[in-house]
Amino acid sequence: MSHSTVPRSSAEAGTPVKTPVTSVDVTGARKEQGSGKLSLRLRFRRDRVLILMTLPAVLLVLVFNYLPILGNVVAFQDYDPYISDNGIVSILHSPFVGLENFQRIFEDSAFWNAVQNTLVLFIIQLVLFFPIPVLLALLINSVVRPRVRAVAQAVLYLPHFFSWVLVIAVFQQMFGGAGMLSQLLRQNGYDGLDIMTNPDTFAYLITAQSVWKDAGWGIIVFLAALASVPQDHYEAAAMDGAGRWRRMWHVTLPALRPVIALLLVLRVGDALTVGFEQILLQRDGVGTNAGEVLDTFVWWNGVRNQDFGYAAAAGLIKGVVSIGLVLAANKIAHLMGEQGVYEK
Amino acid sequence: MWESRQDTEPAQRKAPHRWAAPPRPAWEEEPSKAGLAGKGLALTIACLAVVFPLWIVIVTSLSSRKTIDEAGGLVMVPKGITFIAYRELLNGGQVTRAAIISILVTLVGTLFSMAVSVLCAYGLSRVGSLAHRWILMVLLATMFFSAGLIPTYLLVQSLGLTDSYLALILPSALSVFNILVLRSFFMGISQELIDAARIDGAGDFRVLWQIVMPLSRAVLAVITLFYAVGYWSAWFNASLYLNDQDMMPLQNVMIQLVQRQEAPVGLSQAIRTGQLSGLAIQMAVMVMALLPVAVLSPFVQKHFKKGMLTGAVKG
Repeated sequence: MSHSTVPRSSAEAGTPVKTPVTSVDVTGARKEQGSGKLSLRLRFRRDRVLILMTLPAVLLVLVFNYLPILGNVVAFQDYDPYISDNGIVSILHSPFVGLENFQRIFEDSAFWNAVQNTLVLFIIQLVLFFPIPVLLALLINSVVRPRVRAVAQAVLYLPHFFSWVLVIAVFQQMFGGAGMLSQLLRQNGYDGLDIMTNPDTFAYLITAQSVWKDAGWGIIVFLAALASVPQDHYEAAAMDGAGRWRRMWHVTLPALRPVIALLLVLRVGDALTVGFEQILLQRDGVGTNAGEVLDTFVWWNGVRNQDFGYAAAAGLIKGVVSIGLVLAANKIAHLMGEQGVYEK
Repeated sequence: MWESRQDTEPAQRKAPHRWAAPPRPAWEEEPSKAGLAGKGLALTIACLAVVFPLWIVIVTSLSSRKTIDEAGGLVMVPKGITFIAYRELLNGGQVTRAAIISILVTLVGTLFSMAVSVLCAYGLSRVGSLAHRWILMVLLATMFFSAGLIPTYLLVQSLGLTDSYLALILPSALSVFNILVLRSFFMGISQELIDAARIDGAGDFRVLWQIVMPLSRAVLAVITLFYAVGYWSAWFNASLYLNDQDMMPLQNVMIQLVQRQEAPVGLSQAIRTGQLSGLAIQMAVMVMALLPVAVLSPFVQKHFKKGMLTGAVKG
C-alpha cells in the first residue's frame, strides 16, 4: 500500500479542483510520486465521495465491534442487570469490585475444566482434521478427468454451506440413539449405540463433524497452490528419473509447504475458539464435564445465569489470550517469510 | 475392417468431448490399474460420506408412515413417495411462519450487507485516497479481536434491538473478510477504464454502478452467496435476542424439532392420529433448511477459487 498523496486518478486533473500535477501517466496514478502534494482540504474535497461510501460500514463496525469493548468494564463490576432495563444505564450504576471476578474465576474448577476441554479439543482437531484437506486436495489434483473433478468438488464443497444445526441433525440421524447406525445394529441383533451423547468420545465426534462440514471446503486453497506449480518442474524431475512418488515428494509437497505452514500458524492463533455454535448445540447432550469450552462457559454464566460480571471476566481472559496468540502467530508467519493476515 | 481404418484417419476422428481426459504429458507414466482403482475408491467414499446422509434424509422425508414403520426408522430405498410431511409443515403453522421469516431475514439482510460492503470496498479500492489506510486499519483490526459475547449482548439489548428482527441483521451484518475480497477484486479492474468514465463525467457512484459492478459479477455472486448462507444458517442471534417463539427463524425451530424432539405446534395432532410420522416431519424440516443452499451453491461454485484467493491472505 503506497502512502500516495497524488490524485488517485488522472481524470481528476480535469475537475474544477486545481491539482498541481503536471503530468500523470494513467497507470502510474497509484504509484508514489515526488511532486503533487495536495493540501488536506483539497484531498478531502476530492475524496469525500469515497469516504462517504465507507461510512456505513465504518459506523457498523464502530458500533458493533468497537463500542462493546468498553462494555468489558462489567468484568470489573458487580454488574446488576436489574438496576435498569438498559444495559448501559446498569453499567453506569453498578459498583466496581476490582479483580474480584477474576479471583473467583481462577478458583473455579468449572473454568479450568473448560480451559482443559478447549485445549484438548484444539489439539485433537489439529491432529485429526488438519491433514485431511491436504490429502483430499492431493487426491483431487491427481484426477485428470475434468468431469470427475468437477463433480467431486461440487459434492465435497456442499456441506460447508450447511448450518451447524443441520449438520448436527444429520449426525444425530446417522449416529444418534434412534439413528441409522443403531437401527442397523438392532436389526442384526446387537444393542443400539448412541454416539451423540457419549462424553468419552465427544471430542472425536466434534472433530468428525468439522471434517464432514469443512474438510472439502479446506481443499480450495491447497488446490490453488497445486495449480500454481509449473508443469516443467514435473517434467524436469521426470527427465532426471524421478518416478511418480518422488515427484510428489520433491515437487508437489514443497509447493504446498508454505500454505500448510501458514494455515497451521493461523490455526494456532485461533486455538481458544474451537467451534462455539457446534458445541453449544450439543453441550447439554454430553454434560458440561466433556462439553464445556471457554465460549460456552461464558455463555452459560452470562446469558443463562445472568452473572454478567463473572462471564465478562472469563470472556476478557479468553479475548486477551487470543489476541496474544494471534499476534504471536502472525509474528511467526512473518518470520517464516509469509504474509500472515496483515502486512508487516 | 473398413471402419477401423476410418477411425485412424485424423480427419474422421471426432473431436474429444469436453469432459474427456486431457492428453497425458509424454514424460508421465501410465497410471497402474491398482492405483486408479484405489483413487476411484477413495474419492467415491469421500463423496458418498457427503451424499449418503442427505439421501437418507430426503428419502425418509418423502416416505409414508407405513414405509417408515416397515424400515424400522430411517428409509434407504424410496417406496411410495408422499409429500404429506411437507404439506403438513407448509399448512400455515409454526414451520411455515419460520420459513417465511428465514427467507425474509435472508433477503433483507443479504441486500443490506451487500450494499454496505460493496460501497465500502469501492471506497477503499481507490488506493491513495484520503484516509483510506486509516479506514482499512479500523476494519482490519476487527479480524484480530472480538469484544466478547457479554458486552455485545448488553449493547444490543441497550440499543433496544431485543425482540426485533434488526437484532438478527445488524450485529453480524458485515464480514471484513468479504469486504477485503471485494476490494482486491475492484482494485484489479483497469484504472484506464475508470479514468475514461470519469473523464466522461461519471461520479464515483456511477463508476461503481455502471463500470465496476458489471465487471465483478463473479465475485459479487460469491460474496452474495456467503452472506446469504450466513443469514440462512444463523440461529444463535435469534436464541439470544428473541424471546417470542413466534418470531423464531427456521434454524431455531429445527433445533426444537430435531434436537429436542419436540413436535411443532399444531402438528402433534396429525402425528398422534397416526397418518404422519414424526420422523418424516423432522426430515422434511431438514430438507427445507438444506434445499436453498444445495440448489444455489453449485451455480456459484466455479467462482469460489478466485473469490477465496483474491482476498484470502492479503492486507
